[in-house]
Amino acid sequence: MASVFSAPGFDFSNQLRNNFIAEKGLPLPKATSTGTTIVGCLFEDGIVLGADTRATEGPIVADKNCEKIHYITESIRCCGAGTAADTEFTTALISSNMELHGLTSGRKPRVVTAMTMLKQMLFRYQGQIGAALVLGGVDATGPHLFTIHPHGSTDKLPYVTMGSGSLAAMAVFESGWQANMTRDAALQLVKDAIAAGIFNDLGSGSNIDACIITASHTEMLRNVEMPNVRVQKERQYGFRRGTTAWKSEDVRNLIVSEEITLLAGGDEMDTT
Amino acid sequence: MDHFPLNWGRPRNDAVDSYSTYPITQRPNHAPKDAFSAGIQHTQQPIVTGTSVLAIKFKDGIMMAADNLASYGSLARFRDIQRLHAVGEHTVLGAGGDMSDFQYIQSILDELMIDEFAAGDGHALGPAEVHNYLSELMYARRSKMNPLWNAMLVGGFKDGQRFLAYVDMLGTTYSASTLATGYGAHIAQPLLRRAVEGREDTLDEEEARKIIEQSMKVLFYRDARSLDKYQIATITAAGVHISDSLQIETSWSFAEGLRGYGAQTQ
Amino acid sequence: MQHAFAPSASHPQPQQRQFNPYSENGGTILAIAGANFSVIAGDTRQSEGYSIQTRYAPKVFRLTDKAVLATNGFAADGNMFVKKVRQRLEWYRHAHAKDMSLRAIARLIQTMLYARRFFPYYVYNILGGIEEDGSGAVYSFDPVGSYEREACRAAGAAQSLVQPFLDNQIYFKNQTPAPGTSHPAHLPLNHVLSLVIDSFTSATERHIEVGDGLEMYVVLAKGTPLQGLDAIQGITEMTATDDGERMFIIRRNLKRD
Repeated sequence: MASVFSAPGFDFSNQLRNNFIAEKGLPLPKATSTGTTIVGCLFEDGIVLGADTRATEGPIVADKNCEKIHYITESIRCCGAGTAADTEFTTALISSNMELHGLTSGRKPRVVTAMTMLKQMLFRYQGQIGAALVLGGVDATGPHLFTIHPHGSTDKLPYVTMGSGSLAAMAVFESGWQANMTRDAALQLVKDAIAAGIFNDLGSGSNIDACIITASHTEMLRNVEMPNVRVQKERQYGFRRGTTAWKSEDVRNLIVSEEITLLAGGDEMDTT
Repeated sequence: MDHFPLNWGRPRNDAVDSYSTYPITQRPNHAPKDAFSAGIQHTQQPIVTGTSVLAIKFKDGIMMAADNLASYGSLARFRDIQRLHAVGEHTVLGAGGDMSDFQYIQSILDELMIDEFAAGDGHALGPAEVHNYLSELMYARRSKMNPLWNAMLVGGFKDGQRFLAYVDMLGTTYSASTLATGYGAHIAQPLLRRAVEGREDTLDEEEARKIIEQSMKVLFYRDARSLDKYQIATITAAGVHISDSLQIETSWSFAEGLRGYGAQTQ
Repeated sequence: MQHAFAPSASHPQPQQRQFNPYSENGGTILAIAGANFSVIAGDTRQSEGYSIQTRYAPKVFRLTDKAVLATNGFAADGNMFVKKVRQRLEWYRHAHAKDMSLRAIARLIQTMLYARRFFPYYVYNILGGIEEDGSGAVYSFDPVGSYEREACRAAGAAQSLVQPFLDNQIYFKNQTPAPGTSHPAHLPLNHVLSLVIDSFTSATERHIEVGDGLEMYVVLAKGTPLQGLDAIQGITEMTATDDGERMFIIRRNLKRD
């Protein structure tokens, strides 16, 4: 008999069930993760965000040029690391809610609003949504930069990194960041930080994306550097027609023809 | 309900091991454990530990650095221990990991150098020989399932040749123009590679020292088990020199304007 | 039923940490045998987890004038195993005043691997070279000594990417020959070298543990013409004798990300 009383707090029975099933040999399906380098840094008139473009499934490169800087609003963007689907859906949902919030309030929504929405959502899911985010933007109160961890904790710092390449990128920030940098200096620092991730962390690779957000303008620099262009192959691997063997051949006509016989007049369309 | 998926009929696609390399359903193993194996105890975890060691090649030789901290878990237990050890005239050994194992290794190497000197054959062991000896020692101990819990760098200069290589508790070895152990491999190595790769033969001692100082500073900022007191060893044609303890100059002014972690502004 | 607690917190498992004597250091090796030559190749990246330990750690080793061994898996085991094989080959030289033949080296490697059946060398070996009859040969091994002679073999991190490519391009699997023709039994050297290079550039694109550098050893049987080998950029000859097999090494850069 089910108890009428339900204890306060979180319900972990699904987790118990999942652990039990996994123990019996049926693990959860593997998700594409963006073992990633993502960064953000403050400069004199705004925020620069940066990301690499490699997505992995274990040791295999799933996507060599994916976009990890996601749109929240025109002047707020969010880099995602962790489970690719989680970062994409989480940022897309919050982006929708931010748009609605802007329409409802009649004001440009603030970065803290997006941050609060994201952390409350992630906390509600107790880390099961594997999204590690770098959120940056400029609003009426100035430029803001946050990191949001999968369990919902946040940090507000002048320069941040996330993902498997975060240590490599943070080393570059720790040795190069200064307060009130120029736009060019900040962009170069972000590019250096991402490059450190790309060349030293196996989970990161391919190209550099950057996004510069100021009070008046947002500039998305997709593939601002491409240091890992695919090399020319030695041979061409075209196959002669007829290379693949077949056992039988069946050609089917895809055009369906039908004949219509009118039984009585009067129902035809008037085409005069 | 039957919870064994193999009994449910055709299992889900991603649960099938199509190459049959692995039993899919792992049943708990209730076989008795070896009753005598508990009689022998080996080092199963490090106790008093040192953190990263860094080293780079430069024009005239090798430069290595390690801080002066030996931690006891998260306690900064000993703040003035030396983790750089000279082995003979041409070699320096830098160690992270268990400090008691490191001191044991020092005693073995000291004895080895005395034996070699006593042979009086005019051949002194160089860095390559010391590194090879260490790799055999570490690999032999891991093969006995009784490892020496360290990650070490061997740097040296002998007969006009620079030498820099790594060896750890598994007996894994490798060499490169920049090396780092522990957290240094994640934090300092990217900086070292960017500063040194391709410039090994032109960097002078002063430039090399700047690179090492900068990396040690970043490590102190980000490695929670590090200290702002460290030593630098230089190994050149002139021999081994291990500096006195140096102080890292740090700056925390960036934190002045920071308030909170979210919405608060005051 | 409701659980107002985290299950892991309520039943703390007794923690027993066992020392793991193995590691996995990434990278890929491959070898292809021709009619009178053999190509043995490997990338030079050594990694652990998501970190690159070094961009240059050789995985392919010259054993004799006509035998080359590639190792992949746990680097410490690999290096130690090569060291011991070389030691046995030197003892053989002292005892018999000649180099061991390739097929004998293959059998030696089998017994040395199986000797450690219950504490294996965690290493996949591929042995390439020239047989006593002058034919190119490749022997591939599993970690405990099962081996066979083959025309080509890939092993290591990107084996599952490279081997199907070789099956298709060397064994012509899933390719029907044009009517009235048949597939060649052996490919010429320059063709094989370009397949090896393309295998590694492709594996570098799609496997995170492959990259940095490529080392290809070429062993030519006695009296074999160079077949344009001297025109290849970045080639070094390492032949030891004047009248025997010739050995070359070709180095290429691979992407470093």
